[in-house]
Amino acid sequence: MKITIASGKGGTGKTTVSSNLTSYLASLGKKVVLADLDVEEPNSALFLNAELVDSKISNKMIPKWDATDCTLCGKCEEVCNFNAILHLPEEIRVFPELCHSCYACSELCPTDSLPMTPSQIGIINEYQNELFTMVEGRLDLGQEMSIPLIAQTIEYVDEKFPDYMKIYDAPPGTSCPVIESSRYSDFVILITEATPFGLNDLTLAVETMRVLNQKIGVIINRYGIGDDGVENYCHDENIPIITKIKNDREVAKLYSNGELIYDKIEHFKDSLDEIIAFIGGLK
Amino acid sequence: MREIVVISGKGGTGKTSLSASFAYLAKQEAVVCDCDVDAANMHLLLDANFKKQSDFYSGEIAVIDPEICTNCGDCFDVCRFDAITKETDFHVVDPISCEGCHYCSRICPVDAIEMVTQKAGDVFVSDIKNGATMVHAKLGFGAENSGKLVSKVKRVAKELALKEDKEYVITDGSPGIGCPVISSLSGANLVVLVTEATVSGLHDLKRVYELTKTFNLKVVCIINKCDLNWEITKKIREYLNSQNVQLLASLGYDENFTKAVSVAKPIVEFDENCEISKQIKLSWNNIKNILKEN
Repeated sequence: MKITIASGKGGTGKTTVSSNLTSYLASLGKKVVLADLDVEEPNSALFLNAELVDSKISNKMIPKWDATDCTLCGKCEEVCNFNAILHLPEEIRVFPELCHSCYACSELCPTDSLPMTPSQIGIINEYQNELFTMVEGRLDLGQEMSIPLIAQTIEYVDEKFPDYMKIYDAPPGTSCPVIESSRYSDFVILITEATPFGLNDLTLAVETMRVLNQKIGVIINRYGIGDDGVENYCHDENIPIITKIKNDREVAKLYSNGELIYDKIEHFKDSLDEIIAFIGGLK
Repeated sequence: MREIVVISGKGGTGKTSLSASFAYLAKQEAVVCDCDVDAANMHLLLDANFKKQSDFYSGEIAVIDPEICTNCGDCFDVCRFDAITKETDFHVVDPISCEGCHYCSRICPVDAIEMVTQKAGDVFVSDIKNGATMVHAKLGFGAENSGKLVSKVKRVAKELALKEDKEYVITDGSPGIGCPVISSLSGANLVVLVTEATVSGLHDLKRVYELTKTFNLKVVCIINKCDLNWEITKKIREYLNSQNVQLLASLGYDENFTKAVSVAKPIVEFDENCEISKQIKLSWNNIKNILKEN
């Protein structure tokens, strides 16, 4: 089973829930692996006291100009729909950050002068602690496109841990990186808080998941602050509320220090039990 | 006209609450701009009235005409995005997977594939509660090109600011370090980094600061929830010192911050005399002074 933990709004507790949930499940003997797909700002590793056991460069394929047989016909510039190729009087210039790796320029070039070559966009790190494995994608600074790295991180986990349960920690927002982190999962948990911001962004996230035909449930975090807008919304839209995690400064403190919470705070562990019971009822 | 961009790396650090406070304090001296287009919510704090709407078109997707398609499979073979699947009598495109590269439509032997421009979102120009103007947007569900929508929102805001002779554009950016953030940063005169006293806050601050360095931008910082973990606050301060980044304020963890959001008010409007509001006002004056000097 693959479960994505996402949210429209940032800072609602995705990483807190995914890292604690994975750790707790592992402590109960479950074969489970955590994938941090927030590749722009991955920070699950900060909470897991884990050791780096393996790393892999993540590349995207980009065309590289080979002048030998090039006739400067300009076909490559013409077929590139992303303005990633510039046809100059005596040169073909490639802008790697604009390239979507569609291969059109390379394969339609009459002289094979633009072979596709790997170009680094980030790194995939595998960590291990005494209980379980965590894999993160980490985008190189200045790289704009995170999708290929998210896809490769998912692939890495699938290949290395085929028969494990997978928990994906998604990036915030509702655009393409979130979609890539959610579309192949069996279920998406949306974490929100009971404020107008939380509700606004939850609504956007729900609409996005509906476009993907994804099954969803909601966790309300920092419950007790704010209003009942989120609860009413979930009720009206028939979205299950999986658990409500109490607003608790102690939780925030443990989090601030990079510590796991479920082994220290009882009500937090109760919430995880509710999540596990809910997941157990899926299928 | 000078542009101030507020970003954070990590989500949920208080970025929008702070930018909305600056916007509130700037009164009619500023045009306000929400560049967090895929989870826009600054309009909630500023009572935006969605006065003017315009469609934003960006990117294309391939559509196969089943009447013309001979089911040869050439499109399937060239697509690198697994966007094309074979049905019994023809091929179809999954609009979510399609990147709009045009490759399939170029090589289709019977010209059965058309590229259709997509509506990627809405752009709004609104009046807000302090009489200023705000530009904001809503990304279409499942749409791509959020970076381009960010550029569009910024362009509209800057044009308005120039036309109406405003002193500032105040921009609320998005979390992360990827394409929407990079687009938010273009042309910024000052970047305000908002972080929080947590290990994640520090980690993400470092990455987003490194990003601003690659663009040679002038940067200042605000630490939120500083009393949640003084040890981390100390580490953040040491880091900022080592990078010569000016710290504008260290704000304490205050439930008023959330309460203000719950009643749709910037904290400086909700309780203008509380300690946090005082510090935000000082920060805003500092920002104005820094912009005068630079």
